[in-house]
Amino acid sequence: MATTIHEPPKIDLDRLPGDGSGNGWRNLVPSDGDMRLVKDSSPPPASTGIWVGLAAITMTFAAFTSALVVRQGNSTDWHHFTLPPILYFNSLIIIASSVTLDMARRRMAAFMSSAKSQAGAPAGLLYVTLALGLVFVAGQTWAWLQLKSQGFGLASNISYSFFYVLTVTHAVHVLGGLGGLVRVIWKLNNLGLKRSTLNATSLYWHFMGALWLYLLLLLWMKL
Amino acid sequence: MHDMSAHAVGHGAPTSFIRKHVFSIDHKVIGKQYYALALVAAVVGMFLSWLMRIHLGWGSFAIPGLHLLSSSGAPGDVMTPEYYLQLMTMHGTIMVFFVLTTAPFAAFGNFFLPIQTGAEDMPFPHFNMMSFWVTFVAFMVMVAAFFVPDGPSLGGWTQYAPLSAIGAVGGPGQGWGVVFWAASIGIFCIGQLLGSLNFITTTLDMRCKGMSLMRLPISAWGWFITSVMGLTAFAVLMPACILLILDHVAGTSFFVPTGLVIGDHVLPHSGGSTLLWQHLFWFFGHPEVYIAIVPGMGIVSHVLITNMRRPMLSHRVLIYSMAALAVLSYMVYGHHMFVSGMNPVSSLAFSFPTLVITIPSTIIVLIWLGSLYGSKLRINSASLFSLGFVSMFISGGVSGFFLAQPSLDIMLHATYFVVGHFHLVMGVAAMFGIFAGTYFWFPKMTGRMMSETLGKAHFILSFIGAYCIFMPFHYLGIAGNVRRYQAFTDDYLIPLVPVHKFITIAALVTGFAQLIFIYNLIYSRFKGAHAPNDNPWQGTSLEWSTATPPPHNNFGATMPIVYHDPYQYSVEGAAADYIMQTSTEKVHSPDEEK
Repeated sequence: MATTIHEPPKIDLDRLPGDGSGNGWRNLVPSDGDMRLVKDSSPPPASTGIWVGLAAITMTFAAFTSALVVRQGNSTDWHHFTLPPILYFNSLIIIASSVTLDMARRRMAAFMSSAKSQAGAPAGLLYVTLALGLVFVAGQTWAWLQLKSQGFGLASNISYSFFYVLTVTHAVHVLGGLGGLVRVIWKLNNLGLKRSTLNATSLYWHFMGALWLYLLLLLWMKL
Repeated sequence: MHDMSAHAVGHGAPTSFIRKHVFSIDHKVIGKQYYALALVAAVVGMFLSWLMRIHLGWGSFAIPGLHLLSSSGAPGDVMTPEYYLQLMTMHGTIMVFFVLTTAPFAAFGNFFLPIQTGAEDMPFPHFNMMSFWVTFVAFMVMVAAFFVPDGPSLGGWTQYAPLSAIGAVGGPGQGWGVVFWAASIGIFCIGQLLGSLNFITTTLDMRCKGMSLMRLPISAWGWFITSVMGLTAFAVLMPACILLILDHVAGTSFFVPTGLVIGDHVLPHSGGSTLLWQHLFWFFGHPEVYIAIVPGMGIVSHVLITNMRRPMLSHRVLIYSMAALAVLSYMVYGHHMFVSGMNPVSSLAFSFPTLVITIPSTIIVLIWLGSLYGSKLRINSASLFSLGFVSMFISGGVSGFFLAQPSLDIMLHATYFVVGHFHLVMGVAAMFGIFAGTYFWFPKMTGRMMSETLGKAHFILSFIGAYCIFMPFHYLGIAGNVRRYQAFTDDYLIPLVPVHKFITIAALVTGFAQLIFIYNLIYSRFKGAHAPNDNPWQGTSLEWSTATPPPHNNFGATMPIVYHDPYQYSVEGAAADYIMQTSTEKVHSPDEEK
């Protein structure tokens, strides 16, 4: 059997992509001495982490959805009711917040690439997004109070149970997103904001909006 | 080595005791904390099993001091039937969640995954710290159930509805006991989700230069695959726990059907689905089996390779098979519900993938056995427990073939056959994986060696003891011995009581044998011989190329660059019989030879 012995690879750090330290890059250095550097643009952990987190949230709401479908399918006591109209207003609010956040993110990207030198405008849009998020949560609270005042609580009927469980769980996640926005604003004001942090927060917020639209559709169809 | 002094770990080394040893964000400290928690939980869980076994062997025997644990559950130090079920519930829950999930996955994974990938730490160290402390709180809440009125739940670790959802009318512990159980498990889920987030991101994004996915050791693959399962499984169990708690405290009717009569009273709930709980629980529950065992597969593969001085027959096929187990684990969960009255077509649909999942399991076993065949295995405590793992996995797995078939499962499902099956394949095997990992990595974690003499004595007693305990369970099951009974008074069960007495004696002896391990662990930690060097087993992966114990950022001023596959042993022409991943030594390339 022929034996091939290879010289060990030699690493030329100057050739490494990125900032030269290799941060954010993985270079497959084959043991056969071939110095082809396989560029693997590893994203910052925040980018991967947010997708992993969103996968977990997706599974949670998938479980709630399947529970709703199974429970309704077996049910003879399901009480259909009309969703509080404010939910539609809240939907517009959370869509608007996604728009303002994306505008802020784009301006921030331009600022970070030195295309623009003003950080004030993106910060203003972030405050608007934060305010819209608070309005959304307040609107959801209004919807719960409205149902409660009509005598429909968590245990009034299983349909109300699912309504409260889904909307409250979503609102808790939105509050987490608001916390993320506060963190982004704080970091921006202290000049410590990474683009990956902003992108991850934006992705999370957009996901919350999309998730809400899905939940609204589900509730509208099933309740 | 690549000079990374200018890019040191993202957080500085802690200086205060609190930040260094308590609320630490260092993955190595967190790994040790998880290990300590699992050790305490294992002692508690084993103690509970002793109490149960004594009761099953000698039902009227007064266990001195038992009334101190529960005056109503053990009046006169003899446990009531209900208290037996409460202890059984806590034993199963604590063992599955706080030992079998915590030790092989969270403890060893936290300590070694970043090191084996060449990372300085997990990417989200504060989440990692939260992961442990949330799990710790979950354990405290679970144990606190012993001290609420009526004690812990008696519904079993599966908490089947409607018993688990109807409240205190269901029996002792079915009120606050269930609420504490569900709250604890819900909190536990949060901890494991945070941990899985870190594990996945570490594996995908934090690998050092040259560390391709296929250059990761099999142990790292085990933790990575498990974290993916954990992310999806615990994210489903958590909402199930929320709904269960709401049925208790808010009066909802997710799981309680209409017209359920308990104690001559019709319960106020209506329309709930009892099977809904089973679907949600087992969608988590079956992957949980693999969450417990796949890290062990990775650990013992790593240990065996190091001691065989040669790689497995196929690195890739072993990894792909572990990944196949993870994927299939979500498709088979219905086999836990064959006796739930499900449509026979559904049974068939779940039976087929259950039989299919034996294929990757068999491939893994054949790779282990084929690799071991003809190898000059170094015999030490770690390799012995790895062999024990393989033995237990095969013995417990074979009974799975029978249970995968609905026609047989209907006969065996509620018997001790199932108890023997899952204790061997999931419980004892996973425990042996934990032991193998402990003996193997102890020098790296502490800088000291464990006693080999005590380790081998521990193995012999544990190996023989485990078979003495759990093999007779299969016989009992085939004889029709129903599980979850606290006494065997029926005519056909009375002749089986001597077998139970034998099992109880074996459990007590095997349990006491674990004291050897605990003594060895504690003594060696403080008085054990110092590890002769940073690589006492002549391993090749990155944990053996750093200092012992590893520095705060794992690799000091220079971060590793990986040049080799993880298991370069017995390489022709090499200076030694192993080539470390970071070595720049010339290497024979089998691929080139082809």
